[in-house]
Amino acid sequence: MTRRVDTIVLHGVLIAGGLITLFPLFWMLSASFMTSGEATTFPPHFLPHHGTLAQYRELFLRLNIGRAFLSSAIVAIAVTIFSVLFGSMAGYAFAKLRFGGKQRIFGLLLIALVIPPQVGMLPLFLLMKTFGLVNSYWGAIIPSMVTVFGIFLIRQFMLSVPDDLLEAARLDGASEWRIYWTIVLPLARPILATLATFMFMSTWNDFMWPLIILSDQTHYTLPVALANLSGEHVLDVELMMAGSVVTVLPVLLLFIALQRFYIAGIMQGSVKG
Amino acid sequence: MKSERRAALLFLAPALVLLTVFFFAPVVAGFALSLTDFDLYTIGDPHNIRLVGFDNYRELIGSSIFWTSFVNTMYFALVGGPLTVAVSLAAALLINAKAARFKALFRTVYFAPVVTTLVAVSIVFKYIYHPRFGMLNRALDTLGLPQPDWLGNPKLAMLAIIILAVWKGFGYTMIIFVAGLQQIPEELYEAARLDGAGAWKQFRHVTLPLLAPTFLFVGIVVAIGQLQIFAEPYVMTRGGPLNKTVTMVMLMYEQGFKFWKMGYAAAVAFVLFLVIGAATLVQLKMQEKR
Amino acid sequence: MTRLRWLAIALLVLSCGTRDRGRAGVERIEFWGLGREGEVVAEMIPDFEKRHPEIDVVVQQIPWTAAHEKLLTAHVGNASPDVAQMGNTWIPEFAAMNALDDLNPFVAQSKTLDARDYFPGIWATNVVGGALYGVPWYVDTRVLFYRSDILAAVGYPNGPRTWAEFAEASRRILAEKRCRFAILMPTNEWEPPVVLAMSNGSTLLTPDGTRGAFRQPQFANAFAYYIDLFHRGYAPSVSNAQIANLYQQFAQGEFAMYITGPWNVGEFRRRLPADMQDKWATAPVPARDAQTPSVSMAGGSSLVVFRASLHKEAARKLIEFLSEPAQQVRFFEVTGDLPARRSAWTAPALVAEPRFPAFRTQLESVRPLPQVPEWEQIATAIYDRGEAAARGTTSVAAAVAELDHRADLLLEKRRWIVSRKRGRS
Repeated sequence: MTRRVDTIVLHGVLIAGGLITLFPLFWMLSASFMTSGEATTFPPHFLPHHGTLAQYRELFLRLNIGRAFLSSAIVAIAVTIFSVLFGSMAGYAFAKLRFGGKQRIFGLLLIALVIPPQVGMLPLFLLMKTFGLVNSYWGAIIPSMVTVFGIFLIRQFMLSVPDDLLEAARLDGASEWRIYWTIVLPLARPILATLATFMFMSTWNDFMWPLIILSDQTHYTLPVALANLSGEHVLDVELMMAGSVVTVLPVLLLFIALQRFYIAGIMQGSVKG
Repeated sequence: MKSERRAALLFLAPALVLLTVFFFAPVVAGFALSLTDFDLYTIGDPHNIRLVGFDNYRELIGSSIFWTSFVNTMYFALVGGPLTVAVSLAAALLINAKAARFKALFRTVYFAPVVTTLVAVSIVFKYIYHPRFGMLNRALDTLGLPQPDWLGNPKLAMLAIIILAVWKGFGYTMIIFVAGLQQIPEELYEAARLDGAGAWKQFRHVTLPLLAPTFLFVGIVVAIGQLQIFAEPYVMTRGGPLNKTVTMVMLMYEQGFKFWKMGYAAAVAFVLFLVIGAATLVQLKMQEKR
Repeated sequence: MTRLRWLAIALLVLSCGTRDRGRAGVERIEFWGLGREGEVVAEMIPDFEKRHPEIDVVVQQIPWTAAHEKLLTAHVGNASPDVAQMGNTWIPEFAAMNALDDLNPFVAQSKTLDARDYFPGIWATNVVGGALYGVPWYVDTRVLFYRSDILAAVGYPNGPRTWAEFAEASRRILAEKRCRFAILMPTNEWEPPVVLAMSNGSTLLTPDGTRGAFRQPQFANAFAYYIDLFHRGYAPSVSNAQIANLYQQFAQGEFAMYITGPWNVGEFRRRLPADMQDKWATAPVPARDAQTPSVSMAGGSSLVVFRASLHKEAARKLIEFLSEPAQQVRFFEVTGDLPARRSAWTAPALVAEPRFPAFRTQLESVRPLPQVPEWEQIATAIYDRGEAAARGTTSVAAAVAELDHRADLLLEKRRWIVSRKRGRS
């Protein structure tokens, strides 16, 4: 009997927690379909009484949020491709190739994990200026093209790839690049997917560096464009909610589709580390 | 062997070059910058620069706004960090309970805030916190409770941001705790039950000690993340009211990129680095003691 | 193989995305407009392009909240526009960075620009060290908005003219319970205390702009008067973020007076209910006493040309166009921003609005804020200390001492440069 009660209480708490967790996202979605002013009425509307796409129309037609969406996609996709490529190359070298000073170099890289990126941001900006990359997509992409986290993640995975497999290929006369490209990469597919998901989402959500390096609206990513809009349209609750939906929805859907890779990445990073 | 070394070099080259040029070199340069008075006069005329030694650090220590930002950041991390850990541990225990069903669904739901865009949800919470129209105060109104001005009240603004941070972040640490919990062998609980230990005793004497390594990892990850707080106050309060939500990174951003006092801002960034290093060390030491 | 193809496609997209190419034979210039002004100017550009088919203007809209840092970063990062709108208080900063082009020769030979047609106090904000870095586009100053019905009821139908009347009117409004508060001065605005100090003859900084002058009686007394308005309960110590609906509160009688700028003339007309429309008016800010003039600050936006621009000739043409009286009037009609040129003030829309003469009067006696790059930070300190003093967490004496201290620290580099220049010459 108490078993039963326990189970009911347990699920009651789980459901209540879930509702509280989801409420902000639900309200964001709901308010984004309201007519202007409806989100601030008394008594409050939880659902739009006359659902409308007016806020989205305003965002895309007049405020040109589509451009920011495109910028976000370009930057996030480029960072994802580069970081997976370079990260897997380096991770493979650290895991499977023999060379002098390997441990020392790897240890040095790990230091980067506790250095806050803000420490280098001011000189990085000046560096970008000398390369002429301020206010360009490249300026937003380059600093994230390789992450120590990515190298670490892939190295941990590749340690488990059997050496015999690689030796056999070597004896067959395959070049190191060929071994990496045709044997190692296909084996590493799950971890590559994990890193790709991770990098795409963190780049999509990144705010501070894009805010600094992108100076005009043709290059703003969604978070930067949204933060700017919120300064100008403080009173337009419904419009800002629609902007938030446009920003959040892609990553949320991507997460739901790819969550096994994403969550695997967190577990990998924590348990084995 | 030689070809392998050459191959390794080629495989490592892009990563090492990029990390050196765009991460390690700027970090070192950042320290050098913090020893100068690089500012907008320097941009106008490169001769307008002086090597000032540790003057920027001295100025920091003597300025009230720096200490305000330091205290705010520590408050956020020391209250928000443990709160996140507590909430996520509770959530992990619930989800991991044997009787719990739909585990995957609850895990997804609790995790969803983690992947959302910080800027976007900060805006959403800004409206949820609105003193009159916000859903939070309307809920409090229905319950007959007082309805404070969350972001306008100097005593509450940082707390409101902490609540947002806990909501946004607990799913992440929850997953790590779930992984840790699953590694605890079931036999230990059975043995404890045979000794007559109840749920609380099992938690206290089996779960907590065995989660210790997980606590260390979670503690460090959360601390490093929380000490870098920037977007929430930038979007929600711009540092106000009464500077109660100015954080160290925000101070760095404002001094560096708004007023262009780069030497001074670089010093702020380095102090942040020291604080994060210290926080990591303290947690490592605490773990050793146990 | 497919992976490589994706990489190639991504690179292609990237390289296309970074630069838009202009039409052949047409000079492309980039204009940065701030906030709503940026939106409106985009609508005026087609006329300009019709007149100058050889010029193609790309308008970038930068929100006010981020404009200052965006302009700075763009200049430092060699990504500045050709021509931009800029708050005229920022000009000294950009001048110190050597970012702007001296427009003196251009104005001297221009057939349509005439310095004498501009308000002298406003024009002066654009001149740093003899060089002219901007042409005023629209002007801004602070005046007193008030509920004429309530002020009439307490004996000031034309608004309070002096500090004494200002305080007395407030006292009576509260004593007779006509409003919850008498005055609204949001604590995150530095303009009200600065305007009061200017009326009291304060220069804010020492004349060479190397030290604060906040402990001098001209500032300290005005600041004490300002803080007193909060302590007496005449003004609530709230920041803008805490004001849910300003217009509703003004209409409902939460407060009766408000020191604010010209954009609110349009907002009040739009947002106040119809039965309120004959119950509000404007007046110059209260003068210290009947013998001294009412002084306010010279604000507004100027049009500047960046030194790095490769299309300065075209940029200047755009400035000439936007400065034409006809365009000034048109701009005013859409935005409500007051024209910088006196000759545009004869426009019917300006004449018809009874709330504008107060601005016109005020504009003839405006003074520039201190022209040092550090002003923005010093101004931040003023409202920061003002807010603290208004909320009672610091005293007036401590606040002005702290302001001098902070200003001196902020101006240290400037003192070094000034003394070095003196040493050289």
